[in-house]
Amino acid sequence: MMFRNVQELVSLAEKEGIPISEIMIRQEMEYHERTREEIFAQMERNLNVMEKAVERGITEDVKSVSGLTGGDGKKLFEYMQSKETLAGNQLLEAVAKAMATNEVNAAMGTICATPTAGSAGVVPGVLFSTKNKLNPTREQMIRFLFTSGAFGFVVANNASISGAAGGCQAEVGSATGMAAAALVEMAGGTPKQCAEAMAMALKGMLGLVCDPVAGLVEVPCVKRNAFGSSNAIVAADLALAGIESRIPCDEVIDAMYRIGEAMPSAFKETAEGGLAATPTGRKYQEQIFGASVKKV
Amino acid sequence: MKYRSVFDIIGPVMIGPSSSHTAGAARIGLVARQLFQKEPSWVSFHLYGSFAKTYQGHGTDVALVGGVLGFETFDTRITESMKIAKERGLNYSFHEEEAQLDHPNTVKIRMGDDHQEMELVGVSIGGGKVEIKELNGFELRLSGNHPAILVVHNDRFGAIASVSTILAKHQINIGHMQVSRKEVGKEALMVIEVDQNIGPDILQEVEALDHVEKVTKIHE
Repeated sequence: MMFRNVQELVSLAEKEGIPISEIMIRQEMEYHERTREEIFAQMERNLNVMEKAVERGITEDVKSVSGLTGGDGKKLFEYMQSKETLAGNQLLEAVAKAMATNEVNAAMGTICATPTAGSAGVVPGVLFSTKNKLNPTREQMIRFLFTSGAFGFVVANNASISGAAGGCQAEVGSATGMAAAALVEMAGGTPKQCAEAMAMALKGMLGLVCDPVAGLVEVPCVKRNAFGSSNAIVAADLALAGIESRIPCDEVIDAMYRIGEAMPSAFKETAEGGLAATPTGRKYQEQIFGASVKKV
Repeated sequence: MKYRSVFDIIGPVMIGPSSSHTAGAARIGLVARQLFQKEPSWVSFHLYGSFAKTYQGHGTDVALVGGVLGFETFDTRITESMKIAKERGLNYSFHEEEAQLDHPNTVKIRMGDDHQEMELVGVSIGGGKVEIKELNGFELRLSGNHPAILVVHNDRFGAIASVSTILAKHQINIGHMQVSRKEVGKEALMVIEVDQNIGPDILQEVEALDHVEKVTKIHE
């Protein structure tokens, strides 16, 4: 492997004078003995899947089997078109598209896990919101995914990207850091600034529990992706402004891992704590599955 | 390192809603199906940890059955797998287990037909990636991401060398290899993950070896 942590990733990119995405592409080529064309083509297929899911979520009336989620991405998108928004359109476009993706996921539609299905909205949400601001080429969009992948790769190997192992901070938290770093690269920031964005974005999500109502990847997952995508854009702007994280990125990732280890299992995708254990959360669970499946 | 490719992170393309509980479950089911080498007539799923608690909500049940039917994580037939199982005459059952295992997303799959039975323990480690921990009582580690073969053989000197010699002759590079046995001199198991796909001719050549009883390809 060419890099094992963010520090190695950044120094490698600085030494070679190339972006993070290029390091990830070269590692993939070397380690898996594949050509650049093959790797780009595979990533473009993933990009196309994401694009379709976003499109579906903001135009169709998507509804999950349980009926708990669907249609909010579309609602926000339409609101943006017709009203003057408070947060601004680029930020809200990311939020709408992130929610749209997760709603399609909850409806058992086809999505691309980034890094997981429950957190699949953040990266495409941020990516497809850049059109008017940064006007990226198709290649830049594919590179966005390689940069996201590089940071996710470090988190997955050094901490966790599983809600069952580390809580929501490991899923939406990781996705938020990945998207923030990739956005910095797309906007012309340095590899170091990518790492700062990742660190700050993840810091904002530390401790976040995985407490899905009725065990479904719906409530609060869809809205956690909404806030993940907006945090990612804010973190990218912080990094581009030259703001740095006092705690280095690798140590933030390690802190996330240790917090996940210390987290009680009620908050790790068991639907036994947090929002899942609220009276309304329990009521939904009984409505959807009947009282017979009630556990704890 | 558990994750070795960028496509473990940006991927897989899958049917929702959960990479660990849906895509990972489908992959474990599919590996079990490939190891059994045909469609079983019955299958029972024993679920542990978070799998046991939330399997219905995440479509883990649907995905496991879909995998056993031979469907990939992105196959839209997964959503219909209970119906398809009934049409094909596959009997399935689910059992929620109380035991706490190392990883919260663990499933034990038993399957069989009139002639044979098989038992496998799989873990969904996150992001759609899986590991196979146990096969018919043998402990093993199998990621399911590389072409791999399983060789059931007698625990004798030279058995491992003879298999690797054949692979070397065909310029097949071994990425990971593991040998396990229950008792000295009895039945043993080799798991070999390789970089290139292994053709049927090579499998036959390995199967023809002394001390080798059975060879199975588990992944392309």
